[in-house]
This record gives sequence, structure tokens and C-alpha cells, in this order.
Amino acid sequence: MSRPPLRTGRFEDALASGRPVVTCEIGSGDSADPEDIRRRARLVRDHVDAVNVPDNTAGIVHLSAVAAAAILVQEGVDPILHVTCRDRNRLGLQGDLLGAAALGVRNVLCLTGDHPIHGDQPQARPVFDLDSIQLVALVALMSRQGRYMSGREIKPAPDLFPGATENPFAPPYDFRPLRLMKKIEAGARFVQTQIIFNVERFASFMERVRDLGIDRVAPVLAGVAPVRSAKAARYMRDHVPGLEVPEEIVRRMEQAGAERACREAEGIRICVEVIDRVREIPGVAGVHLMPIHWEEAVEAISEGARLRPAHAAGTAAVAAALRGAGGDGGALHDHREHSA
Amino acid sequence: MFTGTRSEGHLATRARGFFARHPRLTRALELLVLPVEMVSKKAAFGCKMCGQCVLHETGMTCPMGCPKTLRNGPCGGVRMDGRCEVTPAMMCVWVKAERRSRWLPWRGAILRLQPALDWSREGTSAWVNELIRRPRKSLV
Repeated sequence: MSRPPLRTGRFEDALASGRPVVTCEIGSGDSADPEDIRRRARLVRDHVDAVNVPDNTAGIVHLSAVAAAAILVQEGVDPILHVTCRDRNRLGLQGDLLGAAALGVRNVLCLTGDHPIHGDQPQARPVFDLDSIQLVALVALMSRQGRYMSGREIKPAPDLFPGATENPFAPPYDFRPLRLMKKIEAGARFVQTQIIFNVERFASFMERVRDLGIDRVAPVLAGVAPVRSAKAARYMRDHVPGLEVPEEIVRRMEQAGAERACREAEGIRICVEVIDRVREIPGVAGVHLMPIHWEEAVEAISEGARLRPAHAAGTAAVAAALRGAGGDGGALHDHREHSA
Repeated sequence: MFTGTRSEGHLATRARGFFARHPRLTRALELLVLPVEMVSKKAAFGCKMCGQCVLHETGMTCPMGCPKTLRNGPCGGVRMDGRCEVTPAMMCVWVKAERRSRWLPWRGAILRLQPALDWSREGTSAWVNELIRRPRKSLV
């Protein structure tokens, strides 16, 4: 029995670097046009370490996430593939995980998935054969032990990097960090959270996360999103279960007015403020941007919050250090401070 | 599973071995037990007859009442008032499970990783499965 050689991906390297990591979710393709995915990827790829590819977002049919992630690999992006339990049973999931690994997709974010009742085809039969915690365990089983759920050996074992999510803004609040702990026990290696608007609640969630020692085992990336209009803010507040949008944000978006440039600038400003507050919280290893079909905003947010992908920051710092007299690494240290 | 004395464990193993050699007898016993189990658990907990009961580990709340049949905790879509995102008329089973589990002496059980469901056992007796049939090992 030979173990596969130890490999790491760029995203994993970025997490291991200790620098703040930036990831971003892009909208899924709504047709068989690969150019749509490429265009979105090009808008964000220079600002992030990895790009998330959602899996039939909100229970609405989109281009296959595995295919979209494979297109991102061609674009030189390290994708994070979303895998939900809604549409496939354990056979389908294992097959897709192998397929993803074969196409060079390494990072897998394991989610429960939205119920089809909220999607465009509520008649669909929800699967939920596994839950997100069992899915994390499945990815860990396949990649670490090199086995299918049946116990049969996979040769060679797929190279996968399992991640998990948690929503600090849905009851039962006290149970959320414990549920995240379950995912870590199941084998999750990184965490991306739900969109944060209520920073206080997130801070108290992180306190428990630190108590449990989760942040030392799996880096936690704080989810943030720019709001595009007051209407969008109200919609998120009233119609998206599991999202907490404080009144203040709705009010600020209303005050920004109806003019597009003004409201979009305000949305980005709010997002940057959230990022600035969130990264002061101990245990937060970076941010996860969810621009919700507004990839154009990523550049502005990135500039506003002085975000820098850990990977690029590393390259720049090494270059700067090499240029510096004596190469004492002072520039490297300096850079790390400022890119936080 | 059996935390009793050594002889108890031994007895249970022997009983299991006996029933394993007599699958027809097991089936007959199940036919006797099933109606009692079905009626009592349905009335008390809204049992869905998954055949692999975890009630005692989930705050005496049946997780199979969740529209996503989640056995390890709530999804991220629970409404702010604790209601289910799919069926707003219903409280999230996990909000109830978490609250009730605090009253149980074995409250830590809710943190246990629950293995994937064995759908081939749906409709069978969880009691018979637990006590007589061999526990099925799931790798996940």
C-alpha cells in the first residue's frame, strides 16, 4: 500500500502562509457558454487566492459546477468547488468528486444545499442522502484513506482539500460553533462563513470558535458581500432565510438614493467597512467575497480594503526582499504588516 | 453499545449470534414489534420509521422530521424566529433538539457525529435492528 505523494494546492499554500487570504465566489454560468465563466474569472482572478464555484445556487439550475471549476483551472485559477447534498446521492457525489479531482479541481466546499422549494423548479425531489458533515467525512475518507464509502480502495486516491461552511446568523446560535466543530472533526481543513453584516454577532461566534480551538486547526474566512441597492438589502432581509441584515444597512442604502453610481459606491463602502472590522477579530484568517453576480465590484472592494491575495503578496514580498540591500528579509516582514 | 456488566455484554452477543443464525425468527419477532414501535413512536415523536433511531442523541426530537433529513445539526437556512425555511409553519427540529438536549443527563450526545443513513433499513424496526441485527458500520 503506497500513500500518494504529499501535494498542496495554491489555496492551501496561501492558507499555510499565515497571510490574510482572499477568496471570491463568482456567479454560475446560465448557459453552455464557457466565455461567460471566463469573463467572470478574469474580473476577479488578480485580486484573490481562489475562486468559489457555486453548485446550482439557491436551487436554480446552472451550468455544472464541476465543469465551471474545470474551466477556471484552464484560466489559471485555483477553484473551490461547491458540492451540495441536494441533487445527488452518495454514488453521484463520489463520482463527481473523482471527476473533479481528475480535472485538477482540488478544493471542495461541502454544503447542505438550499432546498429546491426556493428554486425555479420546486417540483424537484430533494435528495439529501448525506448531510454536509457526512460529506466532509466522505471527502476526507476518499482523499486521506483512499477509500469509497463501500470500503473499496481507490488507486490512486484523489487529491482533495475539504472545506466547510457555517452560518453564525441562524438559530440555534449556541449550537453553531459546535456544529462547526463537528465538521472539523469530520475532516474540514478550511471554513468559509455566511455573509456577515452583523459584525457583533460574528465576533461573539468567533469567540466560541477560538475557545474550541477551531481557528488553529482550520483557517476561518469571513464571508462578506456588497449590497447593490436598497431593494436588494430589503430583499435579503425579508426573503433570504439565514441572512441577517441590520436596519442600519437598509437605511444607509436608502439614503444613498436611487442613482446607480451613488448606491453602488455606498454598497462597496459598507462592504469595505465590514471587512475592516472583521479582520480585527482574532482568529479570522481572511475574507471570502460574495459579490452575487456583481464581479465588477471586486476590484473596487479590493482597493478600498487594501486586500491582496496572499499568494501575490508573497511573490511581491520575496521580490522586494531580494531587491533590498543584504536581503535581510526586512521588506518581507514589512509587507506582511501592511497587507493585513 | 452495551455498557452494562461483562455477562450482560456476553449474553447480548450470544443472543445476537442466535438470531443471526435464524433470520426467519428475527423477521417474525420484527412483525410482532413493528406495530407497537410504529404507533408509539409516531404518536410521541412523529417517527418516520427510518429504522435507525437516534432520538436519544438528538434531544428526544426526531431529526427525520427535517425536510432535509439532517441528522448532524441544523442547516444554515433556519429563520431568525427559529422556524424552518422550507415549512415556515414548523419550528426547526434542530432548534427544538438543541433546546431539549440541555435537559438530558447525556446532553453531550448531540455532538456525536452521526453516520450516513442506511436507506435499506427504512421501514424496519429500529428496536430489532439495535438489539438483534448486527450494527452496520458506515465509513462516513
